[in-house]
Amino acid sequence: MEATGLVKRYGEREALRGVDLRTEAGELVAIIGPNGAGKTTLLSILAGISKPDEGEIHAPQGEVGWVPQQAALYRRLTVEENLMLFARLEKHDDPRASTEQMLELTGLRERRGEIVARLSGGNQQRINIAIGLLSRPLVLLLDEPSVGLDPRQRARLWEFVSALASDNGTTVIFSTHDIQEAERYGGRLLVLADGEALFDGSPDELREAVRREAPEAADQDFETAFVAFLHHRGH
Amino acid sequence: MRWLLLKDLQILRRSPLQAFLLVAWPVLLAVLVGLAISGSPSKPRIAFLNDVPSDARVSVGTSQLPKIGVSDRICERVECVHVKSRAEAVDEVRSGDVLAALILPADLVDRINSLSTPSPTTPKVEVIVNEEDPVKARLVNDRIDSLLTQANLVIARRIATEGGKFLNLVLDGGQFTVIGQTIQILGLRNSARILQALRPALPPGPLRDSIDQVIQFTTLARANLGTAGPLLTRLTQPIAVDKQVVNASTPPLEVFAIAVAATFTLAFVTVLLVAGSLALEREENAFPRLTRGLVSRSALLTEKVALGVAVGLVVTVLMLAGLSLFVPLHWSRFGLWLAAIVAGGAALGAAGAALGAAAREVRAVSLLAFMVTLPIAFLSLIPSGTVGPGLYDAVKVLTALFPFKPALQAMTGALDPGGPSIAAALGHLAILIAAYGLLARFALRRFASV
Repeated sequence: MEATGLVKRYGEREALRGVDLRTEAGELVAIIGPNGAGKTTLLSILAGISKPDEGEIHAPQGEVGWVPQQAALYRRLTVEENLMLFARLEKHDDPRASTEQMLELTGLRERRGEIVARLSGGNQQRINIAIGLLSRPLVLLLDEPSVGLDPRQRARLWEFVSALASDNGTTVIFSTHDIQEAERYGGRLLVLADGEALFDGSPDELREAVRREAPEAADQDFETAFVAFLHHRGH
Repeated sequence: MRWLLLKDLQILRRSPLQAFLLVAWPVLLAVLVGLAISGSPSKPRIAFLNDVPSDARVSVGTSQLPKIGVSDRICERVECVHVKSRAEAVDEVRSGDVLAALILPADLVDRINSLSTPSPTTPKVEVIVNEEDPVKARLVNDRIDSLLTQANLVIARRIATEGGKFLNLVLDGGQFTVIGQTIQILGLRNSARILQALRPALPPGPLRDSIDQVIQFTTLARANLGTAGPLLTRLTQPIAVDKQVVNASTPPLEVFAIAVAATFTLAFVTVLLVAGSLALEREENAFPRLTRGLVSRSALLTEKVALGVAVGLVVTVLMLAGLSLFVPLHWSRFGLWLAAIVAGGAALGAAGAALGAAAREVRAVSLLAFMVTLPIAFLSLIPSGTVGPGLYDAVKVLTALFPFKPALQAMTGALDPGGPSIAAALGHLAILIAAYGLLARFALRRFASV
C-alpha cells in the first residue's frame, strides 16, 4: 500500500497535511499521536471510507480489511451468525468453512452460539477483527483495537494480530495513542500530530530522535520523553 | 441482498417483544381507528323524560289534533333511555352513559295551545348536556338542534294538515263536529252555486247587483284560498332538498373503516421497521463496513424497503383476514389488495428509509417516524368542507407529499368493488417511491462519516 501527499480538510480545519505512507507485506505499522492527531482520518482514507481532498492512494482494490474502533457487527446475532453473514457477503465459496476457520482463529468456537451483545468487549473486538479478516486482506487496518480491553485481553489480541503479520504475511496498520503499546508491537511507527507526520521509522529510531531533540527528557520514561519530543516539534 | 434480508429477520426474531410491539401496536391502533370510524352510533343515546300527560292534545281553534306521538318520533331517531325523573336524567348525562337528556315538561302542550290565545307563553323543552369536552358539546348541540327541528316539523305538518281540512271545509263545505254536535257547513263553492242559480230569477236592479258582487267574491275567494292549501303544506318545509352526487366513489363506511385500519397498520409497520433497521446499521457501526464493497447503498436501501414490504404485507393481510370474519370482504379482489399493499408498503418504506437515514439512533428514528406518520395519517382523514378552503388546500398538499393518503386511496379502491380504479393512486405511489428513494439515497451520504 502506498499513500502520498494525503490532505483532508473539515471546513477550515486541516485534519491531514500531506501525509505519506508506504508499507511492505508482513509489516506491523503503528500510527501514534495525541487525540485529534488525524489517526482515524488517515485510516478511514486508507480504508476507502473517506476520500482525501488531495493526494493519492495505491492499494489493491477489495484487499484492504478494515476494523473500526467501535466493533462493527450485529450485537443481536450470535458469533456464528455474524461470521456467516459476512462470509456470505464476501461471496466465499464455502462460507461455513470460512466461519469455522475464523472461530478457530479467534478461539471462540465454544461460544459460537452466543449472542454477541453478551460477550465481553475483548471478545467482541476479536469478532470485529475476524470479520475484517474475512475479506482475506493483504492489508489490515485496525483503528485503536485495544481500547477498552483489560491487560489479559489486550495481550491475547496482540498475540493474535502479530501472528497475522508473521504467519500470513498480512500488513497490519493500527492506530493507538498508547506509546508503550506502539513501541512493543509496532515494527514501524508513524507519528502524527495535528495532521502532520512528524516521524516515520522503527521504535529504536524514534528513541534516538527523542534523545536528540529532547535531551532533557531522555533519562525519563519513554512516554514522557515522547511528549517532550512533541513539544519540541511545536505540538 | 437476501443475506441482509435474512439477517434483519433474524434480528427481528431475536427481539420478540419488539417484534410483537411492531405488529401488535399498529394492529391495535388500526382496530381502534376502524371501530371509531365504523362504530360511531347512528342512534345517539339520549336520556328521555316525558312529563306531558298522555291525554294532552295540541288544539287548533276549537278542535284538538290527534295524538302526534312526538315521543315515539324522537325515539325513532335516537336511542331513548327512558328515565323517571330529572335527577336521574342529570345522573345519566354526568356519568357519560348518554350524550344528553331531553325533558318534555308537563305544561308543554298547554304552552303550545296558548300560542293561539291572547296571552301566549313560549313552549320550552329542557336539554341537559355535559360540556366537559368542546367537541362533544358541539356534537350534542347539533344532535339536539336536529331533533328539535324534527319535532317542530312534525307538529307543523300536523297543524298544516288540520288547517288544510278547515280550509277545504270553507271552500267545499261538509260536516264539522264541535262539542259533540255535527254542523253542516255550506262552503264557498256551494254558496256560489246557489247564488248563481238564484240570480236569473231576480230582476235587474240593486238586489241583483249585490248578488253579483257576492258571487264574484265567492269566486275570487275560492280561487285564492285554493292556493292557500299547498302554501300551508309548503310552509312546513319551504326548501326541499335535491341531492346530486358528483363524486359517486364514496365507499361504504365499513369498507372505508377497514381501509383506514389496514393502511394505518401498513404505514406503522413499514415506516418503523424500515427506518429502525436502517438506523440500526449505523448504530451497530456496520454501515461503513457493508458499503465498502460488500453491498451498494442502493441495494441496502432496496433490501430495507423489501423487508418493510414483506413484513407489512404479512401483517396487513392477516389483519384483513381477521376483519373479514366480521365484515364480508371480496377475496376475489385479492390481486388488487396485493397491488395496493405492495405499492403502498414500498412508498411508505421509502419514506421510512428517508427518515431512517436522517437520524443516528434507532430510538430517535422511531420517535421521528411516529412524529411524522401519526399526524400525517390523521390529516389524511380530514374530509373536504370540514375546514376552511385555504387550510384544506394546505392539508391536501401536505398529505399528497406523504404516501399515507395515496396508500389509503389504493387500499379503499382495492377493497371496494364499486370504487374507482386504483391506477391513479398506484401512479401517485410510484412517484413517491422514486422521490423518497432518491431522498434516502442522498441522506445515506451522511451515514458514511465515521
